[in-house]
Amino acid sequence: MIEVNKLFVKSGQFQLANISFAVPQGEYAALMGKTGCGKTTLVEAIMGLRRVNGGKIYVNDVDVTRFKPAQREIGFVPQDGALFQSMTVRHQIALALYIRKFPADIVKQRVDELAGLLQIQKLLDRYPEGLSGGERQRVALGRALSFWPKVLCLDEPLSALDSETRQQMFELLKEVRAHTGVTALHVTHNRDEAEALADRVLQFEDGEVVEISW
Amino acid sequence: MSESKSHIAPQQATSWTPPASDAIFYWCLCILGGFYILLIVSMLLADIFFVSTNLEESYQVLVSKEVMYATWLSLLSCCVTTVLSLWVAIPLGYLMSRIEFRGKVLLDTILDIPIFLPPLVVGLSLLVLFRQTPLRYIDDNIFPVTLHIPAVILAQFAVASAFAVRTLRATFDEISPRCEQVALTLGCSRWQAFSMVVFPDAWRGILTAATMAWARSLGEFGPLMIFAGSTRMKTEVLPVSVYLELSAGRIEGAVGISLLMVFVAVLVLVLIRSSGKKQKLW
Repeated sequence: MIEVNKLFVKSGQFQLANISFAVPQGEYAALMGKTGCGKTTLVEAIMGLRRVNGGKIYVNDVDVTRFKPAQREIGFVPQDGALFQSMTVRHQIALALYIRKFPADIVKQRVDELAGLLQIQKLLDRYPEGLSGGERQRVALGRALSFWPKVLCLDEPLSALDSETRQQMFELLKEVRAHTGVTALHVTHNRDEAEALADRVLQFEDGEVVEISW
Repeated sequence: MSESKSHIAPQQATSWTPPASDAIFYWCLCILGGFYILLIVSMLLADIFFVSTNLEESYQVLVSKEVMYATWLSLLSCCVTTVLSLWVAIPLGYLMSRIEFRGKVLLDTILDIPIFLPPLVVGLSLLVLFRQTPLRYIDDNIFPVTLHIPAVILAQFAVASAFAVRTLRATFDEISPRCEQVALTLGCSRWQAFSMVVFPDAWRGILTAATMAWARSLGEFGPLMIFAGSTRMKTEVLPVSVYLELSAGRIEGAVGISLLMVFVAVLVLVLIRSSGKKQKLW
């Protein structure tokens, strides 16, 4: 689960104050809000990529507020995929496992398993250059899931995709969720995305995160 | 009255026709830029013509043991300087690109000083540093620098590094920090994120910085003259050889060495750039 309690983040003139919400274990939450309201800042704070000035962040009941990003064990899918240009798809997915010193056969097994789940078997030996938007996001998803995280943060992962690819990604994300049981926080400003994927919808309203229902 | 109002109907705008060709635009660019290309090529052709009419004298200078020594010292010192420059420019370029801190503007200005300072002043400042401070003791008794080969390398390094830092900062600015951040979330330490994700992506920029540092070092003259001196067969690098030949009134020798420098520089730069294909980590 993800629990954010009275979070305070200040970045230059911008600040998030007194933000609280929770995503229970195994649920898929969509975080919505207008551009510039602080969705990405909040995700960065949860990931440990932005300094927190107050409040607490819990992941699976562990206080990770002062943890480094590497210690939080949260999978991250950024907006544009942010793939590593100098690594093949295979090695991008394997990186987290190499870092954790998993044996080569386990690494290969995991890469093959994720490649099958995300239908990217044919891309494994390619570099990111030349991959389509949908392919890039599949690879980014595989990379984020590689180390069996219990929690996944997706920062507008489908915003740059055409509607057909977006529909395919909806199905894929549902399949991933069913397969992994991961708790997910999916940032989006697209209502269709939230409706199609989320168990609960969180909305930024007047500087607060509130749960809404349609 | 409605008749007094001016109405422009689309069919009335007859004086305009869509441009048929962009040729004039490109011709203007070529003509303006072409003057500079013409100047460079003309200078080289003039050198070649001058040497070809004084072939024997130029050849004798080029195969002299002094110029051979200067050539090898130039190549060696430039390579050492390039490695040392990258050694400081990679961390500095990365820090300046990624980290915001108080005094960054001041540090940025300090890093630019060797670029806008007159070369003679760089040499003079190095000389003062090594002769008018406690470093003089080391210079005199432990490790001689002034007027020795280390002075050649230090003088080249002082200027070349500034160019390498600037190039690498621009390189790191172009690489999105998002990739490093993702690497951190995957379990990488800062060092692993840098070495496995940023460094391979910066490879082309690093080669460009190396090229800049090498080329600057080869042409360095002012700081060398002051700090390393112009002793034949000791601290003589190719620009110093040109100066010494000119001082002795042997212009054919000076032009011959200049052409040798052009040849060596072009050869090394082509070699470096041809190896600059995109580096893949795995």
